[in-house]
Amino acid sequence: MSLEIKDLHAQIPGREILKGLNLTIKPGEVHAIMGPNGSGKSTLSKVLCGHEDYEVTSGEVLLDGENILDMAVDARSRAGLFLAFQYPHEIPGVSNANFLRAALKARLPKGEDIDAVKFYKQLYARMDQLEMDRSFTSRSVNEGFSGGEKKRNEILQLMMLEPKYAILDETDSGLDIDALKIVSRGVNAMRSENRGFLVITHYQRLLNYIQPDIVHVLKDGRIVKTGGKELSLELEERGYDWVTEEPLAAAA
Amino acid sequence: MVSAPETTLEPEVTAAASDISDIRVDSVGDFTFPERNKFDSGFGITEKTIDYIADVKGDPDWIREFRHKALKVFQEKPMPTHWATKDLENIKFDEFRYYLSDGQKPKRSWDEVPEDVKKTFDRLGIPEQERKFLAGVEAQYDSEAAYSNIKAAVEEQGVIFVNSTEGLHKYPEIFKKWFGKVIPTGDNKFSALNSAVFSGGSFIYVPPGVKVKHPLQAYFRINSEQFGQFERTLIIADEGAEVMYMEGCTAPKFETATLHSAVVELVAMKGAKIQYVTVQNWSSNVFNLVTKRGIAHEDAEVRWIDCNIGSRLTMKYPGVIMKGKRARGEVISIALANSGQHQDTGAKMVHAADETTSNVISKSISIGEGRSTYRGLVHIPKHLKGCKNNTECDALLINPNSRTDTYPAISVRGNQHATQHEASVSQVSADQIFYLMQRGLTEAEAMSLSVNGFINDLVKEFPMEYSVELKRLIDLEMEGSVG
Ligand SMILES: Nc1ncnc2c1ncn2[C@@H]1O[C@H](COP(=O)(O)OP(=O)(O)OP(=O)(O)O)[C@@H](O)[C@H]1O
Ligand SMILES: [Mg+2]
Repeated sequence: MSLEIKDLHAQIPGREILKGLNLTIKPGEVHAIMGPNGSGKSTLSKVLCGHEDYEVTSGEVLLDGENILDMAVDARSRAGLFLAFQYPHEIPGVSNANFLRAALKARLPKGEDIDAVKFYKQLYARMDQLEMDRSFTSRSVNEGFSGGEKKRNEILQLMMLEPKYAILDETDSGLDIDALKIVSRGVNAMRSENRGFLVITHYQRLLNYIQPDIVHVLKDGRIVKTGGKELSLELEERGYDWVTEEPLAAAA
Repeated sequence: MVSAPETTLEPEVTAAASDISDIRVDSVGDFTFPERNKFDSGFGITEKTIDYIADVKGDPDWIREFRHKALKVFQEKPMPTHWATKDLENIKFDEFRYYLSDGQKPKRSWDEVPEDVKKTFDRLGIPEQERKFLAGVEAQYDSEAAYSNIKAAVEEQGVIFVNSTEGLHKYPEIFKKWFGKVIPTGDNKFSALNSAVFSGGSFIYVPPGVKVKHPLQAYFRINSEQFGQFERTLIIADEGAEVMYMEGCTAPKFETATLHSAVVELVAMKGAKIQYVTVQNWSSNVFNLVTKRGIAHEDAEVRWIDCNIGSRLTMKYPGVIMKGKRARGEVISIALANSGQHQDTGAKMVHAADETTSNVISKSISIGEGRSTYRGLVHIPKHLKGCKNNTECDALLINPNSRTDTYPAISVRGNQHATQHEASVSQVSADQIFYLMQRGLTEAEAMSLSVNGFINDLVKEFPMEYSVELKRLIDLEMEGSVG
């Protein structure tokens, strides 16, 4: 059981962005990825989810042993992969509650529907945990949300969909200090031995709240360094210039 | 007696219903059966066709005359191709039948209805009885049971709700006063055609002060004539009266005729309110050329709530003439055009008194190579004071080949008015679909949700059962449009 990324190469026409990336996340683990702007962090998250802009030229991604690279975006989601977007999309006219219901319903056998009472109970409980006002259930998905509200809404979706593996792409950006604590608490509440996390961030302060088991440095499309949580502290101190590729990292 | 070879005025006796191999299924919800009717007026339209229709229907002389005059106007009027689509030139008037008599029992069995069509009915949740009618298995959809309560309730209030033929026979004094007054025969080529050959449609009169609680539904009393090609509806709400009328349904309809040209006239007397709700889903061989207009007297309100799906070409611009002070007019419309379909819709708002207010909200969705056009006309003359118009038209394009055009014509004279116009064109972006699919929705579900979101605020204006059906219908259309 794990999310296993093996020698992953991905490109947009004329340019390779991921250049042989290796990473294995086991259920129960929280991995952090840090790295300079433009190094390929968001690309990695989107490639894992099957975004059509990127072509995977070689490598494998196994979700609990199953190769997901041939699966459609929605099938990967239903297989247990979740991405909290760096820039969440707005869906005009679709209420948050209806959106979540549709997403949950998509996980049920055809013809079955979710129990509305249970659903709202669960939704309200999760919203309370994230200190979100009830009015967000009827507002259109992300429309007119502040930057921080959008990020909080991503975590609400994570909490409702309960994926096996969750990727958080800069969830901390845009959150104020209090919101950061609340959202981190929400994420921590979802930590479990059945769930793995990949947390992409630029800042140590998020990792103070969501403590990672393993920290990676992504540079120019490759993991160039891997360490414990002390690595992020060191990066915060010294930046990325000193980090050079470790011969072992590529084989790890 | 001279008659063109293609015009057979003698009642024609024809063979039994056709073989299954004649049934053509183009796509989901789009199907046709060849149909033979025992009695008809033959092909094409001449003075004789008019007399035939008048004879069969037992028209009073003034209606017969009205039809004959209309025929002349129709023949003289050119096609409006100087502004409208050239596709109109493809209408071969000589190849249509202009009157099909009612009461034929088609000899088609339910087993002969294609699986696809049955599936569509299933998905839309159409009740058994209605399916048979819609598929052409039964000529009549009899829901007297469901309808009789409402009918009894409204009759008690003195409301007249009959078909147009019954209306002109039984209530000539009210009928004659308003018939053809809101939309004169010569308004356009197709209103003239309708005036010449009309049959079917409803006649409603609501007495002063009566507020009809239940929406009156054409759907409860449909039969092949009611659902005719050239229906004619006239609704009069007397002073302070209120009524809502609903026509159509979201189910794809069994089509025998490819030219439909209805005329609907509404009259809202002082302080009255009329809401006219239409949901129509045409198969993509149909020309649907409709003229709808209402007059709103002092403090009266006319609202058109309109949803047009499918058809080869729909041209429909519901209008309101605000004739009395503080009258209000509104058009809320949704149009959905898939490949091979053109929705040319809009609104006409004519302000003819002080402090009149009009509101137009139009949303169109183009899928595949579908095309939607918005044409609006807002007229506020110089001598009036304090008129307001708000126009919003938004288009959503689903595929790169989809197309939309907007032609707003706002003629506002004088400076004592407030008008506001907004238009937008948007596309369902790949990233929006990616976002939705990342949450587990299939591509079709993601599309449906996006489209339903786009029209959500307008769908709320439709009665509940229609909005539920609409959502399902969009799901179906989207399923067909991806992968
Ligand atoms: N669809 C795309 N089209 C063109 N270039 C792209 C595309 N996606 C990614 N890139 C480029 O690939 C590189 C990696 O982008 P990516 O968004 O993965 O970086 P990142 O590590 O997430 O950066 P940041 O820390 O700024 O979020 C960038 O140079 C970016 O411009
Ligand atoms: Mg990024």
